[in-house]
Amino acid sequence: MTDAHIQSPPVVAVSNLIKQFGRFAALRGVTAEFSGSKLYAILGDNGAGKTTLLRTLAGLNRPTSGQVTILGAQKFHDVCRQVGYMAHPSLLYDEMSGLENLEYFARLYGIIDGSRCAEAIRAVGLDPELTRPVGQYSQGMRQRMSLARALLNDPKILLLDEPFSNVDTHSAADMVRLLAHTRDAGKTIFAVTHQAALLEGAADEFVWMKDGLVIGRTRDLKPPEETN
Amino acid sequence: MPAPTGITRATLLKDLRLEWRSKDAINSMLFFSLLVVVVFSFSFDPNAEESRRIAGGLIWVAFLFAAVVALNQTWAREIRNQVLDAYRVSPAPANSLFLAKAIGNFVFVGVLECLMTPLFVMFYRLRPLGPTWQLLIVAVLGTWALVVNGTFFAAMSLRTRSREIMLPLLLFPISIPAILGMVQATTAILTGEGARVWIALLLSYDLVFTTACLLLFETVLNAE
Repeated sequence: MTDAHIQSPPVVAVSNLIKQFGRFAALRGVTAEFSGSKLYAILGDNGAGKTTLLRTLAGLNRPTSGQVTILGAQKFHDVCRQVGYMAHPSLLYDEMSGLENLEYFARLYGIIDGSRCAEAIRAVGLDPELTRPVGQYSQGMRQRMSLARALLNDPKILLLDEPFSNVDTHSAADMVRLLAHTRDAGKTIFAVTHQAALLEGAADEFVWMKDGLVIGRTRDLKPPEETN
Repeated sequence: MPAPTGITRATLLKDLRLEWRSKDAINSMLFFSLLVVVVFSFSFDPNAEESRRIAGGLIWVAFLFAAVVALNQTWAREIRNQVLDAYRVSPAPANSLFLAKAIGNFVFVGVLECLMTPLFVMFYRLRPLGPTWQLLIVAVLGTWALVVNGTFFAAMSLRTRSREIMLPLLLFPISIPAILGMVQATTAILTGEGARVWIALLLSYDLVFTTACLLLFETVLNAE
C-alpha cells in the first residue's frame, strides 16, 4: 500500500451513528472510516445492525443521530448517482423482463444508451435477450439481475445486502469474481453477507458487527476475539 | 440530473405496461362498477325526471369506490420486491413519480368511465337537458380530483398494516367538496340548470390539492 493511498480521505465515514426504531436501537453509535477501492464484507448475527447500516448508507434510513459522509458529502442525494444499492429483495418488477426493468431504471439515472443495460446484464452472466418476466426467474437469476441493476449507473460505491443468498455455489463464485474485478477497477464495495466464506480471499477487510456496533475489523475471516 | 418529464413519461409507460400485462386494476374496477350499475338499476325504477336527479350521485359514487381499487393497486406494485427503494436511491425527483402515478390512475379511471358511462345512460335512460360537452369538463376535473388525492393518500397509507381500509378513511372526507362539485355539476347539466359554479369549485379544488400534493409528496415518499 502506497503512502498516497494511506493518506487518501475515506470514501465513507460514519461518526457515532445511532438508528432507533421506536425504542429499539438497531445501531448504537457506530464510528468507522472506510477507504476507497476495497471490498468490505460486513458480518454479524441476525439483528447485529448490518442491513440497517447499509440502508442508512444508502439514504433509505435517516439516522436518529450521528453523521454519515459519503464521498465527502453529508447529504445522500448529492452523491446518489455514484452509489449502487442491491437489497435483499430484488427491487425489480416481476411482470417485466430483465432488460425492460434495467431500461426503466436507466432512465431514472438519465442513461439513455440502451447498450449499457445489455452490458450490465452480460456482466452478471445473464442473457439480455431473455424475454421471460423476472417473476419467472430462479432466485439466483433474480439476485444476479438485481446486481446488474445496482451496477447500471457505474457507481463508485456499491452497497450489497445478501448478494449471494439462494445463489448456487458456481454462480456465487462468478459473482465474487465480478465483485473483485469491480473493486480492482477502483470501486468500493460493502457486502452484507452470512456466507462470509465466499468472500475469503476476495474481501480486503471483514467488518464484524454485534448488537448495533462494529466490534472489530479483520483482514482474514477470523472473528475479532479469536484474532486477539 | 435526469429530466423530470422524461422520468414521468418512463414511469407512466412502465405502469401502463404493467397494467396491460396484469390487468389487476382495470378488471377489479370494471367488475365493481358493473355491479353497482346493475344492483342500482334493480333497486330503483325511476322515471326520466328522477333519473336526471339521481344519476349524478350514483355514477360518481360508483366511480369513487371503483377508483379506490385502482389506487390501492398502483402502489402495491411498488412495495412488492421493495421496488420503491430503487426509486428512492436514484436521483429521480419524487414529483415525477407522483405525477406519473396520478396520470396513470387518471387513465385507468378514465377508461372505466368511458366503458361504464354508456351503460349508465342505457340503464337509466338518460338524456341531458343541458349542454352535454360540459359533462366532459366535469368528468376530467372530477376524475383528476379523485386520483390526485387518491394517489397521494394511497402513498401515505402504503406503510400501514391495513392500508386498504386506511385509504378510504383518509380519502373520502377530504374529497367531500370535490364529490359535492362533481355530483351537483353533473345533476345541473342533466336537468338543464347552470353548472358553472360547480365547475369553478372543481377547478379550484384541483389546483389547490394538486399543488399541495406536489409540495408534500417528497416527505411522504421518504417517510420511514
